[in-house]
Amino acid sequence: MNQPASTKPATAETARQVVSAKNLGLTFQTNDGPVQALSNVDLTIGKGEFVSFIGPSGCGKTTLLRVIADLEKPTSGSISINGMSAEQAREARAYGYVFQAAALFPWRTIERNVALPLEVMGLPRAEQAQRIARTLDLVNLKGFEKKYPWQLSGGMQQRASIARALAFDADLLLMDEPFGALDEIVRDHLNEQLLDLWGRTSKTICFVTHSIPEAVYLSTRIVVMSPRPGRVTDVIESTLPRERPLDIRETPEFLAIAARVRDGLRAGHSYED
Amino acid sequence: MTARLKPSWQAALALLLVVIALVLGAMTQPEADAFASPAAGVAYPYLGTKSVILGLIGLAALGSMLRLRPLAEALVLFVGAHGAAWLLLAGIGGFEGTAKAPYYCALTAAWLLGWRCVAVLSSMRPAERWERLALNLVVPALFGAWLLILWEAVVRGAGIPFILLPPPSAIGARIVNSLPILGEDVRQTIFKAVLVGYVVGCAAGFVVAILADRFLFLRRGLIPIGNLVSALPIIGVAPIMVMWFGFDWQSKAAVVIIMTFFPMLVNTVAGLAASSHMERDLMRTYASSYWQTLFKLRLPAAGPFIFNALKINSTLALIGAIVAEFFGTPVVGMGFRISTEVGRMNIDMVWAEIAVAALAGSVFYGVVALLERAATFWHPSIRGG
Repeated sequence: MNQPASTKPATAETARQVVSAKNLGLTFQTNDGPVQALSNVDLTIGKGEFVSFIGPSGCGKTTLLRVIADLEKPTSGSISINGMSAEQAREARAYGYVFQAAALFPWRTIERNVALPLEVMGLPRAEQAQRIARTLDLVNLKGFEKKYPWQLSGGMQQRASIARALAFDADLLLMDEPFGALDEIVRDHLNEQLLDLWGRTSKTICFVTHSIPEAVYLSTRIVVMSPRPGRVTDVIESTLPRERPLDIRETPEFLAIAARVRDGLRAGHSYED
Repeated sequence: MTARLKPSWQAALALLLVVIALVLGAMTQPEADAFASPAAGVAYPYLGTKSVILGLIGLAALGSMLRLRPLAEALVLFVGAHGAAWLLLAGIGGFEGTAKAPYYCALTAAWLLGWRCVAVLSSMRPAERWERLALNLVVPALFGAWLLILWEAVVRGAGIPFILLPPPSAIGARIVNSLPILGEDVRQTIFKAVLVGYVVGCAAGFVVAILADRFLFLRRGLIPIGNLVSALPIIGVAPIMVMWFGFDWQSKAAVVIIMTFFPMLVNTVAGLAASSHMERDLMRTYASSYWQTLFKLRLPAAGPFIFNALKINSTLALIGAIVAEFFGTPVVGMGFRISTEVGRMNIDMVWAEIAVAALAGSVFYGVVALLERAATFWHPSIRGG
């Protein structure tokens, strides 16, 4: 079994740690007995990193993201976000979360859906309007402000939900397979937009995905996970530059990293076959 | 020839019934008597109109088979069916209980044409908005009118005793002649007992549902007890309420409060659980407080449930208030009127109160349903998708 990876480059030790998990474990009690969703996860994510979690279903990548978001409590080990506990970080609105489905409220227009977190946080109306306009522009939904979610396509709904997570400008963005339901062209466009956004701001992004090309294209670090029990089997540092045009995906460097990710996934799978 | 005609089974059957009526002869007993002894009086019903009635039905049935435009076909059927029905009803006056088989043949034939008329109208797909609106009103109006026509014609034709079932025309006349009394009763029962009880009962059920949601011990303790109490025969408490709150409308409002409280409580509790896990997780990531999550997510999501309770309660409240008045009331109120007039054999007044109660209940329900459409426009059951 691979050593649980806590590979961090020495240079990042000095950088601020956004996420720090030590010996993290989570066991769900189900009717069929306990299920180990996460075991022995050690991981440190520095400020400004783009970390992808990739692995087959059941490997605990979504659970790990939910633990970071304080939507699940770990049963062993510890986790800290910006030096705070996960609960304190959630209450300080330290992150924006994008779910697999858009989860827009059908009784609110797109614009009022994006305003939802801003209303909860009690921002003044004028600032709400300004942020709504900016984030809807960012996800190419200008002109759809007054539409209801059910009047939009699935892809547009998911873009609106990303706008909602961006609206309050948290430094940490947690994304759970946000583009899984979108078509290839929109997905490419949003990947580019996401990289652009990440480049211009100093946001830290944790990104759960099934897609190897997506993970390699976006990430500075790729965390490969494996199921039963859910654990980290490999952490791959990307050697790609921060500036990444879409056609970087045809370079030998890109393909080499993709091959390493695929090998890591295969190694994780060999346990059950 | 058949290619030019578009027969419908209703029109064909109506024609057959006209032929049967002609063969059988006398529409009423006096007509049969007149033929049996020509020396006797000739004042029998349908003396001049029998041929007009049967002719109208026959012509309309034949006319409807021509390849007319739907609106023209409906118009032909309308004139035939309702002209014949009107002549039939006008002629039987004074000769109740004397109708013979041809009378019912003619009535059935006219009804079949009315049926065909409604069928043609409901299959129309007009383009204009106002035309659709008019059609949506005309079709149920014709349908309802035929219920009344058949009721009137059968009650008069068969001579059913007034006590058992008065004809709708007598009920209508009673309503028109008793408007002040009916108005007083509506004011007492609906504008006092029903409205006060409904508002207080629904509001209390709603507030207790939210408290039960907020405090676990209430949810664990109160909801099972609530289910038990809602199974009690509520009407049984009406005499007790009269003893507690007196004869006036307050005791009736108390019965309505008890009747409407639990449907509202149970539906709101169910509605508060209607939002999805993902939506609640989303609010959690915003560190949203209990009340923020309640007002921004859970109450809007509970809207369809809450309106369901409001609609159920609108009819329950009316029943509760009317029945509660049977157990003691000042000399006004719909329930009081029904229970006393039935003792005086004034059955038409009882029916008049029932008709007014039905009308008031429908208006009440309709207003709540309109509010529901406006408030939960986003729900798939209303936006249709």
